[in-house]
Amino acid sequence: MPLLERGRLIDDDWTDVADDLPVPARGRLILPLARWLSDHAPGPQPGRSLGVRLPGDRPTEVDRLVGRFDGLDLIAIRFAGFRDGRGFSMARLLRERHGFAGILRAEGPLLPDQLRFLQRCGFDAVALPEVARLADWQRFLREISVVYQPAADAAATVLAYRHGARAVA
Amino acid sequence: MYQYDEYDQRLVDERVEQFRDQVRRRLSGELSEDEFKPLRLMNGLYLQLHAYMLRVAIPYGTLSSAQMRTLATLARRWDRGYGHFTTRQNIQYNWPKLEDVPDMLAELAKVGMHAIQTSGNCIRNVTADHFAGVARDEIEDPRIWAEIIRQWSTLHPEFSFLPRKFKIAITGSPNDRAAVKVHDIGLRMLRNADGDVGFEVIVGGGQGRTPFIGETIRAFLPKQHLLSYLEAILRVYNQYGRRDNSFKARIKILVNALGAAEFARQVEAEWAHLRDGALTLPAAEVDRIAAQFAPPVLPPVAEPIPAFDMARLTDPAFGRWARTNLFAHKVPGYASVLISLKPVGGVPGDATADQMDALADLADRYSQGEIRVTHGQNLVLPSVGKAHLPDLWQQLTALGLAEANIGLVSDIIACPGLDYCALANARSIPIAQRISQRFADIGRQHDIGELQLKISGCINACGHHHVGHIGILGVDKKGEEFYQITLGGKAEEDAALGKIVGPAFSYDAVVDAVETIVDTYLVERRSGERFIDTYRRTGLAPFRARLYGETIDAAA
Repeated sequence: MPLLERGRLIDDDWTDVADDLPVPARGRLILPLARWLSDHAPGPQPGRSLGVRLPGDRPTEVDRLVGRFDGLDLIAIRFAGFRDGRGFSMARLLRERHGFAGILRAEGPLLPDQLRFLQRCGFDAVALPEVARLADWQRFLREISVVYQPAADAAATVLAYRHGARAVA
Repeated sequence: MYQYDEYDQRLVDERVEQFRDQVRRRLSGELSEDEFKPLRLMNGLYLQLHAYMLRVAIPYGTLSSAQMRTLATLARRWDRGYGHFTTRQNIQYNWPKLEDVPDMLAELAKVGMHAIQTSGNCIRNVTADHFAGVARDEIEDPRIWAEIIRQWSTLHPEFSFLPRKFKIAITGSPNDRAAVKVHDIGLRMLRNADGDVGFEVIVGGGQGRTPFIGETIRAFLPKQHLLSYLEAILRVYNQYGRRDNSFKARIKILVNALGAAEFARQVEAEWAHLRDGALTLPAAEVDRIAAQFAPPVLPPVAEPIPAFDMARLTDPAFGRWARTNLFAHKVPGYASVLISLKPVGGVPGDATADQMDALADLADRYSQGEIRVTHGQNLVLPSVGKAHLPDLWQQLTALGLAEANIGLVSDIIACPGLDYCALANARSIPIAQRISQRFADIGRQHDIGELQLKISGCINACGHHHVGHIGILGVDKKGEEFYQITLGGKAEEDAALGKIVGPAFSYDAVVDAVETIVDTYLVERRSGERFIDTYRRTGLAPFRARLYGETIDAAA
């Protein structure tokens, strides 16, 4: 599945590790949430990156992860559908309130015109549908240049332009 | 009035070009209808029974004369010569062609207008008191904060895919003319004991199939915290509002399920993280916006004003109009003029392109170039010198816009109903037309007095029947149109939901039923009582007795 990560299209080399299998010593690995939260979660190791996946329709799961970011390189949020916007709030809370600094990835049946919103809420990677046309997705990043409200990204809001950066610091 | 600066303008211009490209790709087949649907809905373009419908936002119901002329141009050039003003202070065009919509939006953008977020599960156009800025009973102009909310909510990255649509209304007066208690969030400005102005925050009101009067979750919110508090409410709703059933997805269902106290607790807990953060507006920005809503410079004129009083005494038609269609202005010698879009036999809320152009001219001549749209589907010239009222009335009469029926039985709110809407069970517009014809005698209407009649063509309640003094709801009974009548609803500060009077009436019988209800009121009323007062005193019983005879209570 193609992956749009920090603006570049790459092959997705993250793989899921099933609940009952040993965690490989190397690679980019997504663990079930319960396994990450368990007492014997795998620790950091050179050549290995670890991530977890949260269901995008269960916002309370964010709270379970708080305090367990050490050694966690990626959080994937799987949207249940493009109309289910809970993942946008989950992402902002992970970034802005809880300070998660790793890769935040959106998955699921999303629409190209949601890319800008995803990015503004703190996602820096999106797993694209297999049939996605990259141009359709990237188009939405360019088309609207004005943002009115502060969010999880660094985009300068109209307030900063109107009143100078100090006004919104 | 608020004037777009370069950033506001750039956003709507970019939005037009974005949509132009989307329409091009749809017409070329590059986008399927399934792919295109969410994109067009983000721009207020619905597919209705017979055609596309474009809903244009009129933020907080305020229009300049130039904007009104553009609305006329759209009606004339790309529609069938008319537009329909809605209960959310917007305008709808019922017959645009898809390929024309980008040009329509481009024309709107030239005068600082758009169709952004007039549909979809997002924060919709913010509505406000149509007398904002000029009402004598006002604490502060609510449009300053409505504009601040407009900007904050526009393309909000977190709240564009809410469980359901989200409507915010705001009033700056203790006398609520914005129906704040039947909105997802209602904001009522008030002064606290220290003399500071802030907001009472009301949440979870709404109509539809499960109507609720909103609950106050914060008695006083200082103004500077408005956006962070709204963000807290929306975040709780976005995460925990139901998404399994679209009929139970509005915030009212969540507030009701949790209880207002628990919902308020969750909002306050969220707000504790957000208050005093990046959403606290710098004073310079509030001042910048407030300056654009500075009241018009109107030299006070000593009352009485002989030309006005003489006309009232000598011309009964003008006198009638002055009694119902004027509203107290904060500057002596001026009035706000309500222009009825409810002529006898007409479609409530419709205006022709020629009428819109003429009104723009009248606004320039008499009212500083400003026009308002009311949630009652009428228009307002907000600041007219009383000495000019006889002239203005003459000109409105010539335009067919001087119906002296504001607040009376023929000033009907009606949804588009089965004539246009794919959701409707029954027609609304012909019912409104027949009722206004039945009560065509304007003297009789004035004798009946204040009476709000509201008609919805289905349970989604776009015609606000739940809060009509008389509410009419179209229902489908085995393929036939029937109409259920409720009594006693009210949308203002003493808001109430109507009670069903009894079994529904057929299309042919419903107008007789309304007349029977009105006649019952005339028999029952005591001196000085309005319809709603009499109803509140007597309850349903006398109305039921007259409508259904003796048998109903035994059978029920």
